[in-house]
Amino acid sequence: MGEGSTRFKRSLLEFWRTFRANKLGLLGAFLVMTTVIAAILAPALTPYQPTDIMRDAAGHPLTFASPAVHGPLGTDDAGRDVWTELIYGARISLTVGFLAGFIAMVVGSLFGITAGYYGGGIDNALMRTTDVLLVIPDLPLILVLVATLRQMQLHVSPLVVLIFVIGLLYWTSTARLIRSQVLTIKERQFVARARAIGAGDNYIIRKHILPQIMPLIVANTVLIISTAILVESGLAFLGLGDPTQPSWGTILNFAFDRNAITNGAWWFYLPPGLAIVWVSLGCVLLGNVLEEMLNPRLTGHHLEGGEKMVAVQKQDREHERASA
Amino acid sequence: MSEPLLSIRRLTAEFTLQQRGAPDRVARALEDVSFDMLPGQTVGLVGESGCGKTTTLLAAMRLLPANGRITSGEVRYKGKDLLTLSEREMREYRWKEMSIVFQGAMNALNPVMKVGDQIAEAITLHHLMDRQQVEARVIELLELVGIPRSRRDQYPHQYSGGMRQRAMIAMALACKPSLLFADEPTTALDVMIQAQVLELLRHIQQTLGLAIVLVTHDLGVVAEVCDSVVVMYGGKVAECGTADQIYNHAQHPYTQRLLASFPDLERPGMQLASIPGTPPRLTELPSGCRFSPRCDVKLDLCMEVDPPAVKLEEGHVAACHLRRGKEARSA
Amino acid sequence: MSRRDYLLRKLGFSLMTVVIVLVINFVLFRILPGDPVRAVIGRNVRISPEVQQALRVQFGLDKPVFPDQFLDTVGQWARGNLGISWSLRRPVKDILLAKLVNTVILIGLGQIFAIVLGVVLGLLAGWKRKSAVDVSALTFSLIAWAVPTFWLGIILLAAGSSWLGLPTGGIVSPANVSKPLYAVLPDLGRHLILPTLTLTILYLGEYMLIMRSSILEVLGEDYILTAKAKGMSQWQVLMRHGLKNAMLPIVTLIALNLGFTVSGAIYIETVFSYDGLGKLFQDALTKQDYPLLQGAFLLLAVSVILANMSADVLYTYLDPRVKAN
Repeated sequence: MGEGSTRFKRSLLEFWRTFRANKLGLLGAFLVMTTVIAAILAPALTPYQPTDIMRDAAGHPLTFASPAVHGPLGTDDAGRDVWTELIYGARISLTVGFLAGFIAMVVGSLFGITAGYYGGGIDNALMRTTDVLLVIPDLPLILVLVATLRQMQLHVSPLVVLIFVIGLLYWTSTARLIRSQVLTIKERQFVARARAIGAGDNYIIRKHILPQIMPLIVANTVLIISTAILVESGLAFLGLGDPTQPSWGTILNFAFDRNAITNGAWWFYLPPGLAIVWVSLGCVLLGNVLEEMLNPRLTGHHLEGGEKMVAVQKQDREHERASA
Repeated sequence: MSEPLLSIRRLTAEFTLQQRGAPDRVARALEDVSFDMLPGQTVGLVGESGCGKTTTLLAAMRLLPANGRITSGEVRYKGKDLLTLSEREMREYRWKEMSIVFQGAMNALNPVMKVGDQIAEAITLHHLMDRQQVEARVIELLELVGIPRSRRDQYPHQYSGGMRQRAMIAMALACKPSLLFADEPTTALDVMIQAQVLELLRHIQQTLGLAIVLVTHDLGVVAEVCDSVVVMYGGKVAECGTADQIYNHAQHPYTQRLLASFPDLERPGMQLASIPGTPPRLTELPSGCRFSPRCDVKLDLCMEVDPPAVKLEEGHVAACHLRRGKEARSA
Repeated sequence: MSRRDYLLRKLGFSLMTVVIVLVINFVLFRILPGDPVRAVIGRNVRISPEVQQALRVQFGLDKPVFPDQFLDTVGQWARGNLGISWSLRRPVKDILLAKLVNTVILIGLGQIFAIVLGVVLGLLAGWKRKSAVDVSALTFSLIAWAVPTFWLGIILLAAGSSWLGLPTGGIVSPANVSKPLYAVLPDLGRHLILPTLTLTILYLGEYMLIMRSSILEVLGEDYILTAKAKGMSQWQVLMRHGLKNAMLPIVTLIALNLGFTVSGAIYIETVFSYDGLGKLFQDALTKQDYPLLQGAFLLLAVSVILANMSADVLYTYLDPRVKAN
């Protein structure tokens, strides 16, 4: 059992204790969990299907009906129930977000570990790559890539294209983070000891380094997922999603293109965006708290304090004078 | 007997340490710290890391960080208790009456501002003279500490470590203070440069009649420059007296061990004695005398009751139960 | 390393990135369907196979793709020949240049407001930690990060047009479309309010956060304590020593943000039907007008790279430490 993995188990317990005490982290976890549960339990939360058309007493489609007329969130331009679209849309948005985030994590970790562990030329080359990726503006690149891929007629769902493109472009922050962690761990004693007894690189990475950086990878992935969800919603809004499997971004694309604004149908364009904020915020809070717990910071600076420093002192004096 | 320039009486201060997921801890950084100094005198403030030497200086100038508080005591400068002043009033004392030179000086100077400009700022801040005079004074100060005027417009990273320290001293003298606090001015420097800086301090002490409080853990430095010595341990004053009293008739066991652990050039073959154990954590202080866990001549009383400071002879004070018998009878 | 070496290194990096962009631009658009000949002469023009072959030779399409065709194409680009737009039937270059100004105005205004407000608020937040300003600034930044760009635009558009009577889209009212911009400034101004506001709100958060953490870091440095020891008031220390040092990361941030600003522009211009490069890009995408898309991508990418490099150069002049090792 590598020393790396025992440390891991010990820190896991400590971690849980600290996490419970942090309210923002709990809020984040709550936001994420509720969305995931809602997505999984979708059929239980609504009697309709996303494609069902609501009809009025005369059988005509109930288009742009406000929540007062048809609860809880009214209907869209074709008469479909917005609440249903929202819940089922969660499945798409979350799936794309998680999968893209997962790919970004894998690629980023691979790059980061390789660069950090082997150093030298490999490190340089990999870091230059991340620098280049960071400089090129992301949206134009994604749009152009997606356009190209779709034209290649690969017969895959547009969602798959999105997942891969997002995953393959947003791994840079993970790579940098992992790399600097690996650099620190590499210098620690147990790595030198393992090498001394003849352990190979793969073994060292697997048994000693990986367990140590796992928590950080997890924390970072949560943050990446929030970015992935945001990016996906934007791309879907621009029309690059799958209209047959609408994510929240696609719903907003429908809303915008089909004049929800001019029709004042706030129940159509407000909820999907709120849902995106809900989940993104949750992931960010969760991810930030997780990362913070692994990278504690200092408090206080020189311009704080001042008069307060001798507050007690002064009060004592006044007491003395008063009783004299 | 002239009036003391600086009189610190029973100064007590604490730091509040915040921790995630745990209640705040309080570090009792200073407790009943007292000592006097006369104008033009040089006092050495010695002790191990974390004993409260720097905290004493910062407290005296009221520069403690946000989580620090002075809870009781007096800091009388020329008779006036600085702790009763408002922040605005205190600012009038800073740099004009007393200034401070920090350890390392690496980051103590603003890296994106020219050294000359930083010195000039100290002067113009207190409206001491008009513009042309300021520039002349800056050059004068630089030359006083041995920095050529050609370096006036350079940045701190272009100076060597020793030069930076000297620049800081020059800046500290800008407003002609009566008291200079020097926090480990030689610690981060190599021996040759150390000697230069010490020589400089001696020089300004003599020519400017400046009173200096020199904080250091190096007894050798203290022996060279200081008139009197204050030995601190665990936030309290263990012993204080004139240089002669401390070096030749030290009474507190800690002082004695400290002296014994320093190599003496005149006895090169002597075995160095180190003090076993480590200084106490200021958040978890032992009951009784703070040095008792490491003291080899302790009594049972030492572990229960914190010894008060007792006057042994004129100017010589020690806080140790063992020496109480030698208390000087007050006349 | 000396400043000169540092700058040379940055220049080299930027050039390399530009080359990569050129390659991407070239390769991607070769994969896209549509005969390259068509890309030049337009989609709907009928030509016989013989003429087509002659054109192929003329355009050098019978030569090997790398390096010959690649270098030829790059040469064309360098001379400003970006092809002809399929949907608009005009040279791509002319179209791009016409729309460039509009986007620069939008992005410029949004960034300036965001920077000014962000710096001021970040400064206050960092200086007065844990005060009401700090907490609300942090909360705002957090939420702003999680809000999708286009959605904020939609909400502001809906609210602004129905409650404040602001225009629902476009860069100027239909009546003023053919007039030069400088002649219809008030109209332009009214149309700019909502999109600029959206951009400002979105970018404000980041500048505020960076300024806040930058100021916190700076205020923890020893030279701040020295300044206070000299007898400066809190405000003086902040302004004379804190500010300059804390502003340095902002310069870097502005450079980093340029890429994201372009992305934001695409969303905002789409939502507000603002006639700039962003909307152009989106339209070209929808209409599958590849010459236009390719040209726009090239312009956007190269501009961002150059702007990044300029920011790096500027930074070396601001931070004297860059000269030394």
